[in-house]
Amino acid sequence: MRTARSPWFHAVMIPFTLLWLAPIIFVVLVALRDFDDIAARGLGALPAGLTLEGFATALAGGKVATALANSAVVTVCAVVASLALAALAAYALSRHRIPARRTILLVMLAGNLLPPQILLIPVSRITQSLGIYDTLFALVVVQVGFGLGFYTFVLHGFMRALPTEVFEAALLDGSGAGRTFWSIVLPLCRPALAALAALATTWIYNDLIWAMTVLQTDTRFPITAALLNLQGGYSNSWNVIAAGSLVAAVPTAIVFFVFQKQFVSGLLVGANK
Amino acid sequence: MTAVQDAPVRTGAPPRHGRRRRRVPPLVWAFLLLPLAVELFWVFWPAMNSFSLSFTEWNGVGAATPVGWENYERMLADPVFATAFRNNVIWVIGFGGLSVVGGLALAVALNRPGRGVGIYRSAIYLPMVISLAVTGLLWRVMYQPGGPIDSGLGAIGLGSLQQQWLANPDTALYAVLIAAVWRQVGYIMVLYLAGLKGCDPTLEEAAAVDGATAWQRFWRVVMPQLRGVNTVVFAVTVIDSLRTFDIVWAMTRGGPYNTTQLLSTYMFQQGFTLVNLGYGSALAW
Repeated sequence: MRTARSPWFHAVMIPFTLLWLAPIIFVVLVALRDFDDIAARGLGALPAGLTLEGFATALAGGKVATALANSAVVTVCAVVASLALAALAAYALSRHRIPARRTILLVMLAGNLLPPQILLIPVSRITQSLGIYDTLFALVVVQVGFGLGFYTFVLHGFMRALPTEVFEAALLDGSGAGRTFWSIVLPLCRPALAALAALATTWIYNDLIWAMTVLQTDTRFPITAALLNLQGGYSNSWNVIAAGSLVAAVPTAIVFFVFQKQFVSGLLVGANK
Repeated sequence: MTAVQDAPVRTGAPPRHGRRRRRVPPLVWAFLLLPLAVELFWVFWPAMNSFSLSFTEWNGVGAATPVGWENYERMLADPVFATAFRNNVIWVIGFGGLSVVGGLALAVALNRPGRGVGIYRSAIYLPMVISLAVTGLLWRVMYQPGGPIDSGLGAIGLGSLQQQWLANPDTALYAVLIAAVWRQVGYIMVLYLAGLKGCDPTLEEAAAVDGATAWQRFWRVVMPQLRGVNTVVFAVTVIDSLRTFDIVWAMTRGGPYNTTQLLSTYMFQQGFTLVNLGYGSALAW
């Protein structure tokens, strides 16, 4: 089917793509205008002049910066911890004759497919009774618990496909389970781990509902929750809100462009088995 | 979340030779039990708690009073619950339907490589990396009175349609829905693009030689080959639409007059803003 595309293809796709990106382009424009300009000429007008005032206000007081730092800490810790635990579980389930391993795997997956709202109230009570309510640690733990099943499922699929011969050789050479895991399984799983890491990073970074469930003090909020607060504080300063939104979107956009290949394969991992 | 299809097939996997492998070393048990314990404690234990809480009345202080089925009876009589439930149905159909149709159409259009196709694809799945909360804020700006949507409508002579999109009870839910679809379409497109890559092009050529129209080729030849992807897309869509919370919370918090309330946002409001923990739990189930 190597027929040439009709020129209509581009005639339709170029305006469509621009329209698709319009919200992003528009928000960039709003973020670069000053408050008086928006007040005087309306939100829909093109900028009269460009200024970084919106960004300055959004970043002033350091709240957004703190929130970004919180998000970074939570995301890094939660991604590393959940992938590490998921890899352990997947290794045990895929490479050892554990009774009922298939049921365990499916139960773990099913647990992660529950709608989170069922868990919100008890999770918030549990963190309170453990004395970790309103700490970043609580958010990390919750994120890990709530992502594990899915990551385990994906890694299990990948590890099952590794050639048996490698494991037999390791066994003959006297390698124990721990060493086999560390020096054989993990290196071989690097592509799957990279894909999952890219995916998990955006999921955890973008989360709002768990942050609102286990955190209370606004200096501990990750960026998503902090932005909603910013919106409350500057309800009509659209340039500030737009600037804040862009600041929040930049890290995931970077992850996306740098790891685009892993990201897309992460979305497909599990879908394509 | 993806991947519900294809439970493990037993080929090649677990090493079934050698008697030494049959005994599972204690270390491996530890490997399994540690993550399992984390998930049991943070997912299954709260889920059970939530279920038992739903039969009580509790404001978070002191002891919970058991009330039997009262919360569920109250739920059935609650008009906001009815709205939230109806909205959830609209959401599953509207959000699911539009993003699947849009994603599939774009995947078919952008399937063959060519000049600019990569750019179009990236542009369409770019929104997916933006968080739902930020998407909500972006679109709040779009929908403001005097914002680009109103100006755009004015420019093409549809000025009469200009309105307070998010403050008007008739349009608010759909306004939020459009924003959510905008973000989801790229995801569905990526899934279908992968599915189309796995289709056999010779089948389509054969059908074309036999005189099948493009429409027939698509429905009779390509679609049956996409069955696996369809299952995944269906699961992803249903799960994502039942989870929707962030974008509604960021855009309207369930307002105006509860017209954009979904079960998740109403539950959050009852449980956390109004601290009716028992009733909130019942809503969650």
